[in-house]
Amino acid sequence: MKKKIVLGVIGADCHAVGNKVLDFALTEAGFEVVNIGVLSSQEDFINAAIETDASAIIVSSLYGHGEIDCRGLREKCEEAGLKDILLYAGGNLVVGKQDWEPVRKRFQEMGFDRVYPPGTPPEVDIEHLKEDLKI
Amino acid sequence: MNALLLIDFGSTYTKLTAVDMKKEEIIANTKSLTTVQSDIMIGFQNAYHQIKEKCKDIYFDEILACSSAAGGLKMVAVGLVPELTAEAAKRAALGAGSRVLGVYSHELTQREIKAMIQQTPDIILLAGGTDGGNKDCIIHNAKMIAKYIKNVPVVVSGNIKASDEIEEIFKENHIYYEITDNVMPKLNKLNVEPAREAIRQIFMKKIVEAKGMKSAESMINGILMPTPAAVLNAAKILADGTNTEEGIGDLIVIDIGGATTDIHSIAEGEPTKPGVMKIGLEEPYAKRTVEGDLGMRVSAESLCHSVSSKKIMKFVPNTKYNIEERCKYLTQNVNEIPNTLEEIEFDEALSMVATEVAMERHVGVIEDVYTPMGKIYSQVGKDLLDAKYVIGTGGVLVHSKNPSKILRAGLYNEENPRYLKPTDPKLLIDKDYILSSMGLMAEKYPDIAIRILKKNLSNV
Repeated sequence: MKKKIVLGVIGADCHAVGNKVLDFALTEAGFEVVNIGVLSSQEDFINAAIETDASAIIVSSLYGHGEIDCRGLREKCEEAGLKDILLYAGGNLVVGKQDWEPVRKRFQEMGFDRVYPPGTPPEVDIEHLKEDLKI
Repeated sequence: MNALLLIDFGSTYTKLTAVDMKKEEIIANTKSLTTVQSDIMIGFQNAYHQIKEKCKDIYFDEILACSSAAGGLKMVAVGLVPELTAEAAKRAALGAGSRVLGVYSHELTQREIKAMIQQTPDIILLAGGTDGGNKDCIIHNAKMIAKYIKNVPVVVSGNIKASDEIEEIFKENHIYYEITDNVMPKLNKLNVEPAREAIRQIFMKKIVEAKGMKSAESMINGILMPTPAAVLNAAKILADGTNTEEGIGDLIVIDIGGATTDIHSIAEGEPTKPGVMKIGLEEPYAKRTVEGDLGMRVSAESLCHSVSSKKIMKFVPNTKYNIEERCKYLTQNVNEIPNTLEEIEFDEALSMVATEVAMERHVGVIEDVYTPMGKIYSQVGKDLLDAKYVIGTGGVLVHSKNPSKILRAGLYNEENPRYLKPTDPKLLIDKDYILSSMGLMAEKYPDIAIRILKKNLSNV
């Protein structure tokens, strides 16, 4: 059976283009994409993952407030019974030009399995998904 | 003369409507108190004699009925996530014309099962998981229901991939069940029609009998649906039309009763303003909401608690009554008919508040979202700004000298621009109480039903 991936843009962020590109690329790669679209809250991601029994949540953020929006997502997932779900995040996750390594570290400490800098091609996270989901 | 007889076994009155099928006219309306305690046919016979007296040479080829007697159709809805499949199940149950006594989510506990048994539902709607999504929850809940609640029919409308297991559980435990398509096959996609139809089938097969109404079936050609489902059916056919008959377009029905205020809307509800993002669960095209705390009699007191007397005062600024006391009095005297000017004024004020609040809860809401790119708008629910018609039904509206005043309380208000209520609709009144009977008739004779509706709903 196809693995289900919940995809969406978190917070008060309405950047829809990257979301569509990812949706297309992940579907092409053989995943079943549950795209909750823009303006999505943490609860929207979690509810979608529960109902659809998804294997991973991919959070996009383009407007620089991703760090604030993503804080606590892992804890809420655990609270909601989504124990082993993969959490990925990517985009312009933080404000301004910051060194990438500390940003990655902060997101990993927040419980994200993979973190992607701006401009990462979809092929990279598809590769990682296959690796992490052992397919 | 040959005619069609339509019966509505209501909670208080049994209403009969005789229709001349050739002339496509309503010949007569009669009503008598519903007698469900002794034998439902006594009340029917009383009303039937009246109709026979009114038109002597009448002969009925066919008799159809709907019913909300004996408490109506009572249901509980069970889903997984409260905002998703549990909400979808609730909407399907409401659309089927039931009273929803409780909505349960996630894995049912023994405590919840006990509460459910106390609510004495007629049917349980069991949902949970999108197709191919979560199975554990719905299977757990099926097991709990099979173990502790044996005698209530269950409509299963969840993850189809779980249906084999559920079928096995229910067969083993001799549960009466019906498996149908998922109320939410994909995330945020709503699919309520198959569940509605399954509920209606069980209502016809099992519930009519359980409510002591089997005796009615020997005389009539079946009790086809619960009354609220008939009203929704009438609204839908009037809006959409048929293959041969034109519909009138998007509409809203406001039904103010003694115990509840029901709103039905037939519209897609897509955003009418540019730059609005629609979020949340998809809305049913034919949507019914029921406000159990807003009513003219049984629920007058709860109305006062729900909306504050200040809001009621807004509509009767000079009343001599103490608002809370009057509401309490009306709840204790459900058969009170207003006579004096003050009493009528007070009833109208209650109905206006009920209309305003019930509409606020039914329609969609626009919210400002501040983003680094500026302000944008999000919409949750249906945008009904452009709805063409608002149709009023129910005692207080039908008997009022000023029904348009009451209906206007439910329209768009600039003081509260967030609520997407209709701005400039035509107002109609169901003065002969024909909506439910026409909804019933539309099951078999949709073209005639729609033409009679167009003729008999009057402008106000």
